[in-house]
Amino acid sequence: MAKYIFQRLVYMFITLFIIATASFFLMKQLPGSPFKAEEKLSAAQLEILYEKYNLNDPLPIQYLNYLGNLFQGDLGVSFQMNNQPVTEILMSRIPVSAHLGIQAMIIGTIIGMLLGVVAALYSNSIIDYASNIISVIGISIPSFIFAGLLQYYLGVELGILPVAFWGSFAHTIMPTIALAIFPLAISARFVRTELIEVLGSDYIVTARAKGVSNATLMFKHGLRNALIPLVTVMGPMAVSLMTGTLVIEQIFAVPGIGEQFVTSIMTDDFPIIMGTTLFFAFFFILIILVIDILYGIIDPRIRIAGGKD
Amino acid sequence: MENILEVKDLNISFDTYGGEVKAIRGVSFDLKKGETLAIVGESGSGKSVTTRAIARLIPSPPGRIKSGEILFEGKDLVKASEKQMQNIRGKDISTIFQDPMTSLNPTMKIGNQIMEGLIKHQKMPRGQAKKRTVELLELVGLPNASERVDQYPHQFSGGQRQRIVVAIALACNPKILIADEPTTALDVTIQAQILELMKDIQKKTDSSIIFITHDLGVVANVADRVAVMYAGKIVEIGTVDDIFYNPKHPYTWGLLGSMPTLDSNEEELVAIPGSPPDMLKPPKGDAFAPRNEFALEIDKVQEPPMFKVSDTHYAATWLLHEYAPDIEPPEAVKKRMKGFAKTGTIRTSEEGEKS
Repeated sequence: MAKYIFQRLVYMFITLFIIATASFFLMKQLPGSPFKAEEKLSAAQLEILYEKYNLNDPLPIQYLNYLGNLFQGDLGVSFQMNNQPVTEILMSRIPVSAHLGIQAMIIGTIIGMLLGVVAALYSNSIIDYASNIISVIGISIPSFIFAGLLQYYLGVELGILPVAFWGSFAHTIMPTIALAIFPLAISARFVRTELIEVLGSDYIVTARAKGVSNATLMFKHGLRNALIPLVTVMGPMAVSLMTGTLVIEQIFAVPGIGEQFVTSIMTDDFPIIMGTTLFFAFFFILIILVIDILYGIIDPRIRIAGGKD
Repeated sequence: MENILEVKDLNISFDTYGGEVKAIRGVSFDLKKGETLAIVGESGSGKSVTTRAIARLIPSPPGRIKSGEILFEGKDLVKASEKQMQNIRGKDISTIFQDPMTSLNPTMKIGNQIMEGLIKHQKMPRGQAKKRTVELLELVGLPNASERVDQYPHQFSGGQRQRIVVAIALACNPKILIADEPTTALDVTIQAQILELMKDIQKKTDSSIIFITHDLGVVANVADRVAVMYAGKIVEIGTVDDIFYNPKHPYTWGLLGSMPTLDSNEEELVAIPGSPPDMLKPPKGDAFAPRNEFALEIDKVQEPPMFKVSDTHYAATWLLHEYAPDIEPPEAVKKRMKGFAKTGTIRTSEEGEKS
């Protein structure tokens, strides 16, 4: 197991290197320059700025410099935001996005799984159809529509929740709901389909023949076997939720990392683009590793090769 | 001996898109304490449905017990609630299923799967349940039981898994053990071991067994009495001797004629022509008539009642009516019957099965 994880970490490192290289050169193809927006700068001032940030060097030199700094854990400083270090900016933004993402993920999957379990238990009943309709709505309507509706009804008409901004727990409620709908719909669908299949299998009959109660049957014997496909889709979804969703963060004016990322692309703030991209990539690969380990925990048949545990 | 189970005029249907499938049509039998009753018949004859109904394991919908009684120690299980049934299943009535490869939960340690019943029915604390589990695994002949309780089903072979399934069924010393083709999915040497094991355990615990199979060799080996099912009905029921030495129903003749034996060198196996009827529209009269070379005119009009042959032996065929012509079983079957008698024991057939 330790050997396996070490191997995965090496792969992770290689992947990150490739991503860093590719995004560095792609980023340099962006039209415009970091300082163009600030019209009042003279040509001489611009030249000083370029020189200061080594932007006049040939591209390969810039690349090697960047890599060198990266190895020392230095992501550089922002061109736009008062020379704040990129790591500092990321650290201030990530917790906000992660807070929303984790909340949405937990609420979405738990309610979704319950909905799926109920739908599977009473398949082809009114409850099942209702859950089906909820899922289809959740999957097909984009989250910003829900965000807008929530803002209008809960925020403006009823006035019970703040329409936007970040601060108290109340501020997190609406963006969380808007974000949670998609994972809710997906997990309800997956759990229902898988569970119906699992509940038709022989070992469920064996368990019933033992006299176990319906709840034990469902949660101890059924759900665990139905979870594998769900884990597969939920991993990447967790990443995208926790790394901040651009649209929802914009709508609710939440100071998360998604919002920051978009701004940095529009202003050619190279160090922030790079830092955020690498963070996304790192997080994504990490989650995939976690999922692979989770598979083994859920299903002993796919315990990782090369070890008895 | 007292009856532990009485099934009376059981009717079970399945509602499908094509209509109502009458899977079980008026089945009655009883099971005595400590005896083994074998139920034989072709696929689709209703063997499994009947026994699953006893443990009330038929999914509903689409399954539906239309009428009849299942009296377990005098209590009608048809009317029992799901909660009451959960207390009977696994404790009083347990089931061994056909396919050991699929009947264990792949994500649960086998020890936990065996313990579940003990903890639920006998209110054992976990430690004690685990000890008992190891004993059960030793009882069913699994080596290194104390280490292997913490393993998962995929770490066992098919025969070992079936032993585990048997251990699950035996955990709470059930009064009735339903074995639904417990050896069909196993190779013959393992089959023999599992059968020996079941006989052994029955001797120790004095439980009653309902043994479903379509293997007459196995029947001869394990059963006290035999019920032959066809198209959702019991067509002949009697002791093993009644069925093997003195079969009365043409369908039983067909089954015996199609059974391979070691000394059946003189003739080829006789197959029963045709196929079982469509239970969406059960035919008028005797369901077996279209495949029966001895069918009488009345078979096409009216279903035969159960005729009594002896105190233990009943068969549903008009051939037993006093006005019916005297018809002997076909030569092949008669030879087969003589073969059983000649060797003094019907066990020969089972040796043939094993080799």
